[in-house]
Amino acid sequence: MSNNRTLILVHFWLGFIGFGVALLLGAWQMFARSPMHAWLGDPELYYRSVTAHGTTMAYVLPTLVAMGFGYFVVETALRQPLTGRHWAWAGFALVLVGTIAAVVPVAMGRASVLYTFYPPMVGNAFYYLGVVLVVVGSWVWVALMAVNLRLWKRDNPGKPVPLAMFAVTAGALLWAWTSVGAALEVLFQILPVALGLTGTINAGLARVFFSWTLHAIVYFWLIPAYTAYYTIIPRAIGGRLFSDQMARLSFILFLVVSMPIGIHHVFEDPQVGAGFKFTHSFFTALVTLPTFLTVFTICASVAVAGRLRGGTGVFGWLRALPWHNPLMLAVAFSFIMLGFGGAGGLVNMSYQFNTTIHNTQWVTGHFHLIFGGAIVIMYFAIAYDVWPHLTGRALDSFGLMRAQLWTWFVGMIVTTFPWHYVGILGMPRRMAFYDYTDPQIAPEAPYVDLSLVGALILVVSGILFLTVLVRGQLAPRVAPAAYRFSVALHEPRSLPAALNSLGLWLALMIALTVVNYGFPIVHLIASGGSVPAVIVGAAR
Amino acid sequence: MSGPSPTGRDRWTPASSVVLAALVVAAAAVGFVWLPLIQPRAAVTGVWNAICTAAGLVYTAPANQPVVQATYPVSQVEFVPGLLRGTNAESIGRGATLALRCTMCHGARGLSPADTPNLAGQYPIAIYKELQDFKSGARVSAVMQPLVAGLSDRDMRDLAAYYAYLPRLPPYHPASAGTPPEIVLSGAPMRNIAPCGACHGELSHKVAAPWMEGEPETYLAAQLRAFAAGTRHNDIEEQMQNVARQMTPAEIQAAAAYYANRE
Repeated sequence: MSNNRTLILVHFWLGFIGFGVALLLGAWQMFARSPMHAWLGDPELYYRSVTAHGTTMAYVLPTLVAMGFGYFVVETALRQPLTGRHWAWAGFALVLVGTIAAVVPVAMGRASVLYTFYPPMVGNAFYYLGVVLVVVGSWVWVALMAVNLRLWKRDNPGKPVPLAMFAVTAGALLWAWTSVGAALEVLFQILPVALGLTGTINAGLARVFFSWTLHAIVYFWLIPAYTAYYTIIPRAIGGRLFSDQMARLSFILFLVVSMPIGIHHVFEDPQVGAGFKFTHSFFTALVTLPTFLTVFTICASVAVAGRLRGGTGVFGWLRALPWHNPLMLAVAFSFIMLGFGGAGGLVNMSYQFNTTIHNTQWVTGHFHLIFGGAIVIMYFAIAYDVWPHLTGRALDSFGLMRAQLWTWFVGMIVTTFPWHYVGILGMPRRMAFYDYTDPQIAPEAPYVDLSLVGALILVVSGILFLTVLVRGQLAPRVAPAAYRFSVALHEPRSLPAALNSLGLWLALMIALTVVNYGFPIVHLIASGGSVPAVIVGAAR
Repeated sequence: MSGPSPTGRDRWTPASSVVLAALVVAAAAVGFVWLPLIQPRAAVTGVWNAICTAAGLVYTAPANQPVVQATYPVSQVEFVPGLLRGTNAESIGRGATLALRCTMCHGARGLSPADTPNLAGQYPIAIYKELQDFKSGARVSAVMQPLVAGLSDRDMRDLAAYYAYLPRLPPYHPASAGTPPEIVLSGAPMRNIAPCGACHGELSHKVAAPWMEGEPETYLAAQLRAFAAGTRHNDIEEQMQNVARQMTPAEIQAAAAYYANRE
């Protein structure tokens, strides 16, 4: 491991510190609207907290983890020092400054617009400028990933790109393109209002731009987790990756079909035609393909590990797996949550089913289960796996790690399953308080209490997580062996260019975006329809 | 880029492009043609019409479809940022002169014990809107309407600036008075009543919602009853009418008493 350990560590630390704070806010939100708390006197406090929680968890944490992990992969998988480390530090500085710039107006109550912005609500300009800085900082990372891959290819002509690098670069390029939607919205629509240059905003167009970002951002969050499934887990549990090519195919499919499908987030919006809603629903269904490929490949890889460890029979290999290994636990929990969350997601993406649960607590349950559950638990696993290599110190609180992963898993299930249920009962999401004395709402009360219990378990787990990392930071120095990624059953010696580079897939992704978004955007621009902006938190 | 692989011709580019194009065509055929046509809607006639409808092209309503208009004048004031831009010290001076004819009811310095609204320190946009509404007839008052009939737009801006400039009555809610009434703090969600405080202060403030601290209890209660009865209807999109209609007489009294409280 090279001399860029500090660079990578600060990315992880900033992300995880933000995570810790946002986790407490999330638990407070759960408490504030549960029957255990009297009606919140000032609902604005709730929305302020939701904005801070969402902005930190959705923008800051995953961006920093993806960036830090990306740099780590360059140094360990490509085995070359990171080119452009000064740029990388500059990118980190942008993210840091952006985070502070965004959080301050939120804390002051000047930008309680929720992390999805929701025009025509418009908050303080510094909030949006902060988010833009975070994104620009991440674009520096995107460029560095592309540059480093290109340099490696120049020095290693014809060789297969290491899978980990292939995956994180796919994630970086996906992010570069998907962040364009929100960037257009913020730069050309929201900021002119926030800066006082204009008083109206085309809210329908803004929401379509945001949907461009809003869905594929989930896959940007997800790709570090998937990269860990393929390139860390098989090695960590003593097995082999079942198929390297299958992994590449999954990342390629994510790149092409996960991007231009965001209109399923605006199924209830009247400004988008039903035809586009259907096609986006159709392509969203295709995203299940790379996920099913992954589930198959990883289950097969885990089975290989079980059999290598002496397991036999139809289920015997399961018992032979190293269940004491935190990474084994993490991947198992992650898959269970991915299964439930994914099944719920199929309901969300269906044009018809969605009407039942649109904007209910079901949706919150879904994305917490997928992101907070399946993905973030793999962020923990990544941190546990790479920490000794970054700190040069032992990380051996295995009992704590297992306790942490168990509590995260149980906490997330206990939080999100009741959310799904009350969502079906009709509880709207993003409400500061409920009148549980009303006979129509009263039956939901015990389930809301249950999810509060889940939230508290998650807080305990978050504390355990940070404790493990701090202990790792204070442990005695060791000299860890060179970092290794998983080896496939059949390591590729040469690959067709399509499985070794991303140009073709980028082109298809952009083409599909033009087809799926081109007309709605042009139509909404041409038809105007601006409405007066609602300035949030401003004194008048 | 995806050039020829080391093992032979590049088949990936044409194959993946064709598969993706086929998927697009299949999805579009279902979403833009088949589904719209099988809907039991008379509006969709023919394939081209189905495609246009599914693409989100909105047709203008046929001429024979009546548009329901309010039977009474409604407020014409549009709130956009910068609506009152351009007022200065001179506006305050002019407003002070114009305000001499308001003093009989609203007091020499915008405060009066006559159960008329206290205007001192009121948000300028709220004063401007009410003056405009009195003039357009959206708000009815036998006293106010003759007085504003001769006011120009500039006069109203100046009056708004003057009254906004005067020091207002501060909120007075000592802890000994207990917690604010539920209707002010939480509203009544199941009756679609937002908290009074969410727009009128205590929790938050929204554009054009007036400052109500220290206003006379009689006036506030009378206005809420007028909104509920529909005799006052200059609220935009009937926001206040919808709220007031759902309020109980006790809630109206509690809210009015809460805001009227002063030192």
